[in-house]
Amino acid sequence: MARNLMALLAGLTFGLGLVISQMVNPAKVIAFLDLFGNWDPSLAFVMGAALIVTAIGYRFVWLRPRPVLAESFQVPGNRKVDAKLATGAVLFGIGWGLVGLCPGPAIAALTIGGVPALGFLAAMAAGMLAFEVFDRRAAKPA
Amino acid sequence: MEDFTPISASIGGALIGLSAVLLMAFHGRIAGISGLFSGTVFAAKGDRSWRVFFVLGLVAAPLVYWLAAAEKPAFDLEAGWPLIIAGGLLVGFGTRLGSGCTSGHGVCGLSRLSPRSMVSVVLFMAAGMATVALLKPPIGA
Repeated sequence: MARNLMALLAGLTFGLGLVISQMVNPAKVIAFLDLFGNWDPSLAFVMGAALIVTAIGYRFVWLRPRPVLAESFQVPGNRKVDAKLATGAVLFGIGWGLVGLCPGPAIAALTIGGVPALGFLAAMAAGMLAFEVFDRRAAKPA
Repeated sequence: MEDFTPISASIGGALIGLSAVLLMAFHGRIAGISGLFSGTVFAAKGDRSWRVFFVLGLVAAPLVYWLAAAEKPAFDLEAGWPLIIAGGLLVGFGTRLGSGCTSGHGVCGLSRLSPRSMVSVVLFMAAGMATVALLKPPIGA
């Protein structure tokens, strides 16, 4: 129960960050990506502030032997750059540029973005489902 | 450079960072939204409910803001349906193939100096900027 409530609080905090920074607004995101046009660098400040808080906060959190409500810290250990990582990042970037929504804002926009936001979220979920199918096929020995 | 809003952007960004720190402190998990969201369905049983609650908080946030500030958060989406569908599919598939998005790689990964995250962020930013540049007619045209 405590785990779920804390997750709800973390999700709410994340979402409020997206709303206050306007990252939830596709037009604001497109303006940030429009480097060669009418560039609005605001979102670099979102990333910068988030990075500073996270980098400092993580250091303090990791002084503890384990998380408050879990057995251990689960931090990805993989440090190898591969084709999957690069291809995925490029495909994601293209989709981000086409619409101006990445996964967090796509979910948060559900309550303010009307039918187009719902359509984007459904397509995003379908893309994730397609990956699961693709990944399970690739993992199966021929 | 119209509508430059560095202060609200920094406050919002700090809240996103705070959320990432909370999730690490209490759950020991990375606040990567693409993996977190996908896991509401595809993660192992017993590893799903906290994800659902995080997503509920995310969905509720604009409504909470709306109630508190008495102002609906701005949402302007220019793309038409073909781009919305193509964009959604690419974002969904790409973030899973590349193991993360703006939050998991961009915030959590960069903050712990992960080489994979650095490469990912450079590539998705460059791809996003190139896409916008190609879609938009040049200034003055």
